[in-house]
Amino acid sequence: MSPSYLVKRLALVVYTLFVVSLLVFAITQVLPADAAVMLLGENATPDALAAIRDKLGLDRPVWAQYGDWLAGVVQGDFGTSLRTGQPVAPVMLEALGRSLTLAVLAIALMLMLALPLGIVAALRRGKLADLLVSIVSYVGVSLPEFVTATLIVLVLADWLKLLPATGFVPLTESLWDGLAHLALPVLTVSVILIAHVSRMVRSELVDVLHTDYVRAARLKGLSRRVVLFRHALRNALLPTITIVALDVGYLLGGVIVVEEIFALPGIGRHLIVAIQTRDLPSIQAGALIMAATYSIVNFLADLAYAWIDKRIQYG
Amino acid sequence: MAELLRRLLRTPQGLLGVLIVGLILVIVVCGPSLAPYGPDTMAPRLRYRAPSAEFLLGTDQYGRDILSRLLYGARSTVILACLATALGTVAGALIGTTSAFLGGRADEAIMRTIDAILSIPSLLFALLIVNLLGKSSFSAVMAIGIAFTPGMTRVTRSVALAVTKQDYVNAAIARGERGGYIVLREMLPNVVAPIVVEMTIRVAFSVMLFATLSFLGLGAQPPSSEWGLMVAEARRFMHLSPWMILWPSLAVALVAIGFNLLGDGLRDALNPRT
Repeated sequence: MSPSYLVKRLALVVYTLFVVSLLVFAITQVLPADAAVMLLGENATPDALAAIRDKLGLDRPVWAQYGDWLAGVVQGDFGTSLRTGQPVAPVMLEALGRSLTLAVLAIALMLMLALPLGIVAALRRGKLADLLVSIVSYVGVSLPEFVTATLIVLVLADWLKLLPATGFVPLTESLWDGLAHLALPVLTVSVILIAHVSRMVRSELVDVLHTDYVRAARLKGLSRRVVLFRHALRNALLPTITIVALDVGYLLGGVIVVEEIFALPGIGRHLIVAIQTRDLPSIQAGALIMAATYSIVNFLADLAYAWIDKRIQYG
Repeated sequence: MAELLRRLLRTPQGLLGVLIVGLILVIVVCGPSLAPYGPDTMAPRLRYRAPSAEFLLGTDQYGRDILSRLLYGARSTVILACLATALGTVAGALIGTTSAFLGGRADEAIMRTIDAILSIPSLLFALLIVNLLGKSSFSAVMAIGIAFTPGMTRVTRSVALAVTKQDYVNAAIARGERGGYIVLREMLPNVVAPIVVEMTIRVAFSVMLFATLSFLGLGAQPPSSEWGLMVAEARRFMHLSPWMILWPSLAVALVAIGFNLLGDGLRDALNPRT
């Protein structure tokens, strides 16, 4: 990995964040013909409208508004919530922590299930196990989170009464109780990921198993197990890093829905509440933080990929 | 075309996809005339019924027949999802082909910006646009269309890049044709096939996204029988009748599975090498 690649890739992250900030700001604050009316509704008194225009600086030129907002964001100040009057940044970052807990657990569960499923399907290509995995993954990628959540709640919480359906207990307060409350949301968001990644692992491994070097390893007398674990998997699993990183986009979308359904106070739920109550600074902060999370994860994944795979030479 | 259809029907995914999507189209076209009751016909004394001969899928909290609501709702769910996908596809195809045609720095600048926009998750992007346009089916369609545009741009551009090297494009440049003519008349028709595959798979995703927006209360509004909205409304009554929430959920999943299968089948049929 050359230093120039690192610099280039980093510049791309900065550019991405700049474009996203411009877009988020434009959609929320510039494009509405009159943001103040949009925030307060048609029946707001002129005084209230003037007050909010003054508070958000809506009377000033667009570029000055954007510049001030961006300057605040860079220093970690996302303004104050219109709904609660509290600073937005600490609330959002705390919520982000809860969402990341959910996301990390979902990715861990996905890796535990998707890798073995994909490997078994590839090794038993065309057999019953392959067919089963492929049916399950078709169904899995076709279920929106709210459907999965509904079915899971119906069976595990409502019918079998195994796990609590809603609520949140911090892991630091009670590890066991916290995990029990996170179990259903984690299961829900990981379904699409498991379905998608197991399919990718299968197709990558099938390709690798047909390469000459795998055949050579078998022909020189190595056992199937050694060939699979020492030779084939290493190369087959590399692209999985990129796929998982790209899937973080779906994951963040899924987190929004799942947090809403399971009443989990993460960043997705804050964002939905902000949209429903038209809390402009919170909407901007939530959207920007989510997009930033995604692009930073992808940046790290690209670095990891280049670091692990020595064949890759980026200019 | 006949050859393509034959190849499509030979793969199990293709066959199953054609069957499911065919069934969905029949429901979209004739659903209302197949429905045994009206979608809003209430029967206060027949609420929360389990499936029976009278109400094949049961009734909801107002005693409305769930099967009839699903049959009517197919239009608002499936047609709007297709419309949104088409919107995103057309916009993405135009930008992607233009970017590939321009090449060089312009291409680099456009694609880096598209990549940047792609870092906003689709659902989040759609939420922001709905927030701008107000809650309604129309803004959900616009939102999904706009949210799909960067992804479709990416797909189209990679295909169009190969097309720019073709002789007929060079011939058109040599003839002195205008850029707009080359993009629209020479390049676009030759990138259609891979785009159709991508579009079919995205219809599945669009149905899911549209239903999700309605589920969150930001897409179709009551008393519409859009399927995502039906699930959202049924959640409060889950304990009284699980059927109310089960059927529309399965309907959304079935549509998504159908289009996913059809898309994969089409990809194999158009690309015989795999």
